Amino acid sequence: MSTLTYILGWPLVAATLVAFIPRNYRFTIRVIALAATGLSMLLAIKLFSQFEVGSAELQFVQKVSWVDALGISFHVGVDGLNIGLILMGAIVAFAATAVSWEIKEREKEFYILLLIMAGGILGAFASFDLFFFFFFHELALIPTFIMIGVWGKGADKNYATFQITIYLTAGALIALVGLIALYLQSGANTFDIIELTRHVRANPLSVNQQHFIFPLLLFGFGILVSLWPFHTWAPLGYGAAPTATAMLHAGVLKKFGLYGLIRIALPLMPEGARSWLHVIAFLCLGNILYCGLVAIRQKDLNLLIGNSSVAHMGFVFLGIASLNLIGLTGAVMVMVAHGFLAALTFGLSGYLYQQTKTLRIDEMGGLLGRLPFIGAALIMAMMAGCGLPGFANFVGEMMVFFAAWKTFPLVTILAVWGALIIGSVYMLRAIRNILHGPLPTTWEGLKDASNPWRKLPFALLLASLLVFGFAPRLLTDKIQPSAEKILKMAIGASAPQAKAIKTARTD
Amino acid sequence: MNAPLMILEIAVVLLGLVILLADLWTPPSQKQSLGYIAAAAVGLILLGSFFIEAPQARYACGQMYVMDDLALYFKRFFLLATVAVLVMSVEFADRIEAGISEYYALILFALSGMMFAASANDFVLVFVALELITVTFYILTSFQRSRVPSLEAGIKYLILGALSSAFMVYGIALVFGTANTTNFAEIATGAKAISAKPIFLLGLLLVLVGLGFKIAAFPFQMWAPDVYQGSPAPTTAFLAVGSKAAGFVLLLRVLFSAVPEVTVSWTKLLMIISGVTILYGNLCAVPQRNLKRLLGYSTIAHAGYMLLGVTAMSVAGSYAILYYLGGYLFTVLAAFTVICVVMRAVEGDDISAVAGLHQRSPLLAVTMALAMVSLAGIPPLAGFFGKFLLLKAVIEKGALQPAYYWLTAAALIGVVISFYYYLGVVKAIYWSEAPADQPALQISKPTRFSLYGCIAGMLYLGIFPNDMVEIALHAAQALKL
Repeated sequence: MSTLTYILGWPLVAATLVAFIPRNYRFTIRVIALAATGLSMLLAIKLFSQFEVGSAELQFVQKVSWVDALGISFHVGVDGLNIGLILMGAIVAFAATAVSWEIKEREKEFYILLLIMAGGILGAFASFDLFFFFFFHELALIPTFIMIGVWGKGADKNYATFQITIYLTAGALIALVGLIALYLQSGANTFDIIELTRHVRANPLSVNQQHFIFPLLLFGFGILVSLWPFHTWAPLGYGAAPTATAMLHAGVLKKFGLYGLIRIALPLMPEGARSWLHVIAFLCLGNILYCGLVAIRQKDLNLLIGNSSVAHMGFVFLGIASLNLIGLTGAVMVMVAHGFLAALTFGLSGYLYQQTKTLRIDEMGGLLGRLPFIGAALIMAMMAGCGLPGFANFVGEMMVFFAAWKTFPLVTILAVWGALIIGSVYMLRAIRNILHGPLPTTWEGLKDASNPWRKLPFALLLASLLVFGFAPRLLTDKIQPSAEKILKMAIGASAPQAKAIKTARTD
Repeated sequence: MNAPLMILEIAVVLLGLVILLADLWTPPSQKQSLGYIAAAAVGLILLGSFFIEAPQARYACGQMYVMDDLALYFKRFFLLATVAVLVMSVEFADRIEAGISEYYALILFALSGMMFAASANDFVLVFVALELITVTFYILTSFQRSRVPSLEAGIKYLILGALSSAFMVYGIALVFGTANTTNFAEIATGAKAISAKPIFLLGLLLVLVGLGFKIAAFPFQMWAPDVYQGSPAPTTAFLAVGSKAAGFVLLLRVLFSAVPEVTVSWTKLLMIISGVTILYGNLCAVPQRNLKRLLGYSTIAHAGYMLLGVTAMSVAGSYAILYYLGGYLFTVLAAFTVICVVMRAVEGDDISAVAGLHQRSPLLAVTMALAMVSLAGIPPLAGFFGKFLLLKAVIEKGALQPAYYWLTAAALIGVVISFYYYLGVVKAIYWSEAPADQPALQISKPTRFSLYGCIAGMLYLGIFPNDMVEIALHAAQALKL
């Protein structure tokens, strides 16, 4: 069996195991959950280090036929597009499990759902079969709703649960219709993405079919990624979600839609993509500018982070819309970087909520003095969020801007404004209001994360952001051949593009 | 006559008679356990059915009775369902004052009717089989003679059932009057000449009304919630699984074996019925507090989902229905078995009766939760793959006829709505506090096995669909589509 199968399998095995443990063995349950996600994480790091750079071929493949009559098989593998996402997903899953000590009631059910979610997410990114791609996503999505509904916080919990369930289920189902239509109309009679791609390359879908299926995928996946104007579920949902759920969903699961667009929609439906790219470029401005402005006005830390996370999705869409090598590579880079960042910020805000029982920014202040570790981590996260060099986000966003300039200069100017000015305004204001200034007497008793176990998840996420910020080629070199392959199908000729990035690098 | 072909039906009828006779010599305290004997015997017949093969269609009673893969598939389906229903009936037996042996025997007679329905190749057999099912259900629904809701259910079922039978027989008369035959094959060969005759079409439409009643499709669904709510739980389960599946096999046979040309011209009508049934069932289920009534509405919605497969008019659609029914069997029987055990001490079947069920019995809680999740169509359970196949069959046709996309949209809206009430039940089971001083739940060994079987079935069909897809595909190819 491939290492990948183990990476996605351990959390699912552990979920089954936990189901059979009596609920009062709390420590055992937690240890099993940590061990399973920890093991996945170590295996993912091993996978990342063993990945053969410079090849666009699938690696660590495992393929088992599942339903012959329909051409469905359990097919997992990694290439440059998903290697980073799997590494990020596994690290975030471990971090999310590690911060879940805050859950005090019904731990057994919580950990079962969390592990199913983790396994589902990793499975979705590893799958090279359309059916399993969707199957695993759905497997991860449903626990999200239940976790928000049951362990969620805040007065709007029920409303938020309701909204996120309806939005995301609708989005997933629209995408499902698109995927089934794609399977049927390609005539390849296989759900295997590799074979499907090969088949479509030989017999492309007609323009009419592409114009019909592409929007289904774009808006289906778009809703899942909180593409403006379908984003309203995100800030509220994340605000109400328990910390681990918000980390996993905002960090990892949300990237499923973007990954689906890059992996499936772009190469298989180039005509459809071309006619919709402008729309994507302008909608992404909605994310970057509108949601950025909304974030400025937020009084609740979680809503601020939620809106900023929606805003960051705009950069990925812009990278996709630019449709060139630098842009796609940058988009994947932003996806990975934002995964770490979103998980980190939601983890930190969860810690603050745990201590203060409030997330209202105006009630806080001066917390850095009481919480040196958490406060410092929060400052770094906020800085990464407004694109400070040294963090992975900077690299990704920079590449996206360079790439988009050629096709959409106006959009790029506005997006840069949104990233640098609007982003800095809300992030810096949050830092000032929460961490600096006089300490209100109510917060005298706050405790910092003193124990190394408590610090570990945050340290891990911060370290990942810094590693990919200082050595982005660890990732970009892996992404590039695969992105080139996707592009070749999406625009036909890719030679000038490839040359462009090479000269850019030698400069 | 070719009686050996009907060996399974003959065995079931004989078993029913044996149970009735055995009742005379069984001491009253032992009568309950006759149900286990009946269940074991039905299980043996089910095993026996695997020694029968039907690669080619074979006929009995003239051309009235056909034995092919489709018939065999449904016969096994009904036999399996009956085993679980009989086990459930024993669990329920202490709530029936008298005549428990008759209850078992009636279930067996209804079973024989369903098995005949699976083999119907002639409108006369269609009617006889349906009457055999419906008449036994008149009694089964009102079996708790001292409970008013049960009597009410029986009377409602009687009146509406008789009405629909009347429609059906009138329709059959009109078809016979215009086609001069009641045999499916002969109607199919002569269809070109007569399918334009309005009287013939009217006759078929009336037959469709009768079948629509059986499967509880809109606008013939009115009886379902009341009858489901009032009847004894095993009867409800048998109605929801057996009777509905019998309606579907007849629908498939009539539409695709007897009058394929007319069916094609009725595509739009079927699509509207399917879409409205889905939306109606799901929307009405949302405010329900009575668990059996909620499931009643939900089975209406599921009839709508399965009709999606009919509207697709293809092998893909038909085998999707067969697959879906397979998953539905385990799911619905699991849910009703749980209801049967939990509602022992509770009057009213309110959802609050399952509140905090996980503290009282983890097995029942897990079974019920899995059943709800499977009905909602969430992976990795059987319901998800079934819905996937149905949607695939419908979308496949969308390229030719855009109306299919609207139907798909209706189905998807239905699925989204259904999450609300299915997950509401799961929430009640795990996150509501159990009412204080509830009696402990006792689960007998056979019931426990039945529950394990249902869980295994739901998971197996969801995680390893390959074998079942092959079987369903094989069976559906018996329909000359």
